[in-house]
Order: sequence, then C-alpha cells, then structure tokens
Amino acid sequence: MNSPTVTTAPLLHCDGLVKRFGGLLATDHVSIELRPGEIHALIGPNGAGKSTLIAQLCGEQRSDSGRIFLEGADVTRVDVAGRARAGLGRSYQITQVLMGFSALDNVLVAVLARSRETGLWSPLKAQTGHVDAARGYLDRVGLGSRADTIVGELAHGERRQLEIAMALALEPRVLLLDEPLAGVSPSESEILVALLANLKVRYPILLVEHDMDAVFVLADRISVLVYGKVIASGPPTAIRNDPAVRAAYLGDE
Amino acid sequence: MFPERVDFRSPEIRFAVVLMAVLVLLPVYTAWAGQSYWLTLMSRVMIYGIAATSLNLLIGYTGLVSLGHALFLGVGSYAVGILAFHEITNGWLQLAVGVLACGVIGLVTGLVVLRTKGMAFIMITLAFAQMFFFLGVSLKQYGGDDGISLPGRSALAPFDLSSGVQLYYVILVVLLATLYFSWRLVLSRFGTVLRGIRDNERRMKALGFDTQRYKLGIYAIAGMITGVAGFLLANLSSYVSPSTAAWTVSGELVVMVILGGIGTIFGGIVGAAALLLFEEILAGITEHWMAVLGLSIVVIVLVAKRGLYGSLRDWARRRATGVRG
Repeated sequence: MNSPTVTTAPLLHCDGLVKRFGGLLATDHVSIELRPGEIHALIGPNGAGKSTLIAQLCGEQRSDSGRIFLEGADVTRVDVAGRARAGLGRSYQITQVLMGFSALDNVLVAVLARSRETGLWSPLKAQTGHVDAARGYLDRVGLGSRADTIVGELAHGERRQLEIAMALALEPRVLLLDEPLAGVSPSESEILVALLANLKVRYPILLVEHDMDAVFVLADRISVLVYGKVIASGPPTAIRNDPAVRAAYLGDE
Repeated sequence: MFPERVDFRSPEIRFAVVLMAVLVLLPVYTAWAGQSYWLTLMSRVMIYGIAATSLNLLIGYTGLVSLGHALFLGVGSYAVGILAFHEITNGWLQLAVGVLACGVIGLVTGLVVLRTKGMAFIMITLAFAQMFFFLGVSLKQYGGDDGISLPGRSALAPFDLSSGVQLYYVILVVLLATLYFSWRLVLSRFGTVLRGIRDNERRMKALGFDTQRYKLGIYAIAGMITGVAGFLLANLSSYVSPSTAAWTVSGELVVMVILGGIGTIFGGIVGAAALLLFEEILAGITEHWMAVLGLSIVVIVLVAKRGLYGSLRDWARRRATGVRG
C-alpha cells in the first residue's frame, strides 16, 4: 500500500465553482479543499446547494465556471467515470447500490472497476483473487456476515455501509459522502460514525451531513453553505460560535 | 466446461436437457416418418431462437429494449441474397460479409440509439429497422418489395446445406454455440458489468465504468449473432425480402423473449418455440388463430410473470430453498 504523504497539499479542491439553474445561483463561486487525513464537513440548511456542489465535484453536473482539481490535476472536463477512475469514491444521499445483486457482488463489481481486463469468457466467480478482495472490503465495514444477502433484503443502514464498502473497493484517493447517516436508526448511526472516524486516516472525506452531533464529533473542518455561498469555514469550535452561522443555520435547530 | 455449477436434478435444467435432446433427435424421427414438415418448422424455430437469445442479452441482461432487432436479421439474409445474386455462393464469405456488416451497423447505429433511454430508445431502434426495411424495398435490382429467390443454398463446405438435415444440424450447432456463449458472457466480467448497468447505471458510472462502451459492445455483439441467424434464415427459405426486417418481426422477437423469460439463457429458444409452434398449431385449427394467440399470450404473461422458462426456474429455486429451510 502507498504510504501516507507528508505534504498537506489538498487532494481535492475547487476554485470559484459556479452553477446556475435559470436565474437561480445554486453554487455561488465556491472554493473548498480537502486535505489528507481530514474529514471536511459541508453543512447548511435544505436547499443551500450542497447536493449540487457534490454533483459538480463528482462530475454529474457540469459547472458554469470554476475549476476542480484532484491531486493537483485539473478534472473539470473529466466525466463521472473518469473522475472515479482518477480516485474519487462516493456515496449518495439516496443509496445507489445494485439492488438485484448480493452484497458481495456489489463490492465485487467495484473491485472489477479497478482492473482493466475486458473478460468476455472466463467466469467471474472463478477469479478468487477478486472475490477475496471484495470480502475484505465487506469485512472492513462490518458487513462480512451479510455477503450473500441480496441487497433488496438488507436494512437501510446496511445499505449505507455497503455503499461505503463499494467506495473503498475503488481504493480511492478521496471519499465524497452525501448524507451517509440519512434515515438510519440511532444504533446504525453509531456503527457508521465509528466507521467514518476509522476511515479518515487513509481516505480524506468530504462529508455532507445533517446530523450535527455526528458532524461535530467527526469533522476536523466545517464549511457552511447558505444560498450556494460558503459563509464560514473553519474548525468545529469556531463554527459553533460563529454568529453568522448561528443566525443562518445552527440557531434554527 | 460450465461457467457455473449445474444441478442436473433441478427441474429447469432437466427441461433444458430434454429440449436439447428433442432437438438433437428430431431428424431421426422425421427421417423415419418420411416427412420434412417438422424439420423445416423446427429449423425456423431454432433460427428465431438464436435471434431471440441475442436480443435477450440486450433486453434481459443490459436493460436495452430494442424494437428493431430484425434489422440485423435482414442484413444477415441480404448478405446472402445480394452476393448470391452476383453469383458469389460461398457461404463462408456470405456469412463473413453479413456478420461484419451487422457489427459495423451495430456500432454506427449504436452510437446514435444508445444516446437515448426508455421509450426514446425503443422508438429509435424501431426507426433504424424501418429505414433498412425501406432501403430493401427501394433496391429494385434485388427485387424491391418482392425480394429475391435464391438459385440454391450457400456452399458452406464441408456441409451440404441443400440437405435439409445438414442445414438443420448446422442451425442446431449455431444455436448451441449461441446459448453457450451467452451463458459464459453473462457470468463473465463483461456480463457482470452489463447486469450492473441494467440494475443501476448511475452507480456503475460512479464506480468508473464507461457504461456507454459496454452498451455499444453488447449492442454490436447481439447484432452480429443475429446476423448469423439471418444467414441461416435466408438459406432455410431460399428467399430474401425486406419483410425479414419488418417491425412485426422485431416485435415477435420481443414477444419471444418475454414469453420465454427475460434475463434467462434459455428464454429466447423457449419463447421462440412456444410462439412459433403455438401459431402453427392454432393456424391449423381456426382461421381466427391470431385472436386466440393474442389472448393466450396475455394469459401466459399474466400467469407466468417471468415467462415460461423464467417462471419454471424461479419456482424450482423457491421450492429448493423451501426444502432446505
């Protein structure tokens, strides 16, 4: 495995990102960065443009202006698949997994994404190296015992775990997690928070999350997005006491 | 040899084995009975079975509902007709030209049709097949609307296709090869990616798969397999016409896939056999056979939601897990 780099150069950063939907400025000149070893949380009220920003970062939405860099390389014009191959692993607000596949096969597909062979002939299940690797990722997120369960039969929280296992199987450089705790039970949430805290050592995480308790436990840095604009960015304690943030968001709670 | 473990005691595998055995032994019966009616009919069933199996790779395993698959059947058979018209009767050459043409047409039209999804995809595949249909109609030197009769069957040394039995066995070998290839393909890395695309294309893109290339690949492969079926069909009927690529044929292929079982290896051949044999039997009983056939299809699809073979397989699996649990 590659040793952690000592440099603090951001692994992912964007510069002056803009997205307009008609007259609505959904992303208003946003510049944020994600450094090695950190969880950078992105918070803000509903409709603040968090999902749009995530979609721009992962390539599902084209940006009207601004640039996106992954490990120093400009990926602004690279499509979703290309950015994934360049090291961007993600999970979705509404879990996007292969419902008809078993948990193991979901991760196996993610493992395959890294290998470049085409393979029209030899059966996949005979490639035990890939299968073993997939089991490893399932174990890491604590789903090892559910490997053969069809995803449609997994609990909601387990699908969240599975989606993270799939992201990990890409051996990404950074993780983009869009509300990984949305809709999960308190006990499931505990498992996921512990998992995320464990992961950030190897994968810096850009975390969009509404669960403020989890955010203040996990995040090393927080950026607050309101009406498409970053109104504050800094360590959790500074954000908690920021009057503008309290007025715009935290105060509402 | 098999890409997955096969349980020969399970009902659906037994059914498949019996079906194969019947197909292998049928010429013995027709020779003994001294008539070729069943030989020709089952040859036709198998040819449509090949086309439907390849269509199932698109519909069942990739989620691409093409309503223009007869296009490739037409291209494959016109390769025979046009070359034979110019006195090139070498079957291997005709086959190569037909399959190659299907591959190229699959790639080129695929680039266009695969930009669309859902209903638009259905309509645009249909549109391309119709374009080919009218191209065939406009080719006056090759018979236009009426098509052309072949002077004889292709010279496919070492086989003698003028013998109905030999043609039958060539078709059977192609069918078995198609089934085996599909089986392996579906369980391979490529096939797994296709099934992933059917399930959730957005997720597959986010994993880094260039899904468009995979879809283009299977679209061309399915087209080429159907091109072989077109070659066989031209030889069986010794006749080539635009009606081979008519939209009704494309529709029948879709019905065969649904009737046999979407997303099953055997669905295509089972559906082809069910539709064509039922049609044949009903036509012998009543002149209103189309109405009866239509109603029957509705009933079958309502009762056996996963198609004939698909439902048998699901039932067998449910029963197996029930016994174990």
